[in-house]
Amino acid sequence: MDIKTKALLKSIWVFHTACSPCNNCDIEILDVLTPRYDVERFGIQLVGSIRHADVLLVSGIPNYKTAKRLEHIYKQAAQPCLVVAIGTCAIGGNFFRHSYNFVKPVDEIVPVAAYIPGCPPKPEAIIMGVVKLINSLKGK
Amino acid sequence: MKYLFYYLVFPGFLFTTVLGFLSSWLDRKITARVQWRKGPPLLQPIYDFIKLLGKETIIPIGAPRFLFLTLPLVGLASAVLVSTMNWIALFDTRSGFVGDWIVAIYLLAIPAIMLIINALASANPLSSVGASREIKLLLAYELPFVIACLVPVIKAHSIKLGEVIGFQASNGIVLFSVSGVIAFIIALLCTQAKLGLVPFDMAEAETEIMAGAYIEFSGCVLAIFKLTKFVMFVASPVFLVLLFMGNRINGVLDFLIVLLKYLLILVLLVLIRNTNPRLRIDQAVRFFWGLITLLAILAATLALLGY
Repeated sequence: MDIKTKALLKSIWVFHTACSPCNNCDIEILDVLTPRYDVERFGIQLVGSIRHADVLLVSGIPNYKTAKRLEHIYKQAAQPCLVVAIGTCAIGGNFFRHSYNFVKPVDEIVPVAAYIPGCPPKPEAIIMGVVKLINSLKGK
Repeated sequence: MKYLFYYLVFPGFLFTTVLGFLSSWLDRKITARVQWRKGPPLLQPIYDFIKLLGKETIIPIGAPRFLFLTLPLVGLASAVLVSTMNWIALFDTRSGFVGDWIVAIYLLAIPAIMLIINALASANPLSSVGASREIKLLLAYELPFVIACLVPVIKAHSIKLGEVIGFQASNGIVLFSVSGVIAFIIALLCTQAKLGLVPFDMAEAETEIMAGAYIEFSGCVLAIFKLTKFVMFVASPVFLVLLFMGNRINGVLDFLIVLLKYLLILVLLVLIRNTNPRLRIDQAVRFFWGLITLLAILAATLALLGY
């Protein structure tokens, strides 16, 4: 593993993209950042701009408005940028998959590196997903 | 050759950046402890910096390519230069030249100006908002900062940094006088604004204008701006140490005392940052041009009268 990947894994900056979620997943994401779980211990930080981000957290179902914007946001990110789909909605549409406004799942719009199921996923599940993502990048 | 060594290794670039990385870690650690968190590991700022260097650098369409890539380096160079000047004045009070106080004040303003130019060059509405706020903030805090920094100069009857320290070594530090205390508090608040720490971080305001002035920076450009910030984290508090509680560095002990004073100012800045909400830009301008400037003029008058 070269020094670039090593530093990347030690300092993951996340950008939070809400594709019309019900907000439960977003609250759980915030839980991971707050004192009880405190992922800043591992260098994970929430950033304000997509240009600074290493990981794009996507929650919610991409509908006709947000699907386009999700693609734009992914293209604006500085590479390497990984996408993590959080919640069952982002993975496959949950019970909105037959809804009139559902376009397609997140992984058909942008390449997804990790899926974290749950409605909403618990903070422990989100941390486990991130650990699995880091391990997969380490090549384990 | 000697000056090149001073500038690049000690007490210039290498020393200042290492100290800057450490103080940035301390800032994040204290913030975490205040919020009842555990905080990042010691090497976190270095990981962040290396990671940013390895990432893709995006130059926005419409941005002047050459300026966009070189201006951050100008800011970094001037921040390193002012830090070198401060430390050399602390090590050898006879060094320096008449008026290096003025040069130091100018150099301390350059990183902010480079940020403004680069933010305006990055062709993004939110970064223009951030840049315009940074301009207003710069105009607001520079005036009281200069007047407050004049107090030690008035007391020492010299505009050389080395002689200000020499005066304090023989007559007691400036902070132990009425005008010195007032001027120090003002200069501390202005440093808070200069470093863009929380009550005065309206130029980057993550939750409001999405990192504002920094929004379009990525990869190397962002890494250099972060590094400039770390260097400024050393340069401006050390400038305050030098002006208000300077002592000659003759041995290791004196060096540790200066570092301790620097840490004291740093912790004060971080605690102010953690206990205050962000001000609006108009509130900040009113604050600096009203009360703070009046107090600064009062301090300068008291200093002229000998208090």
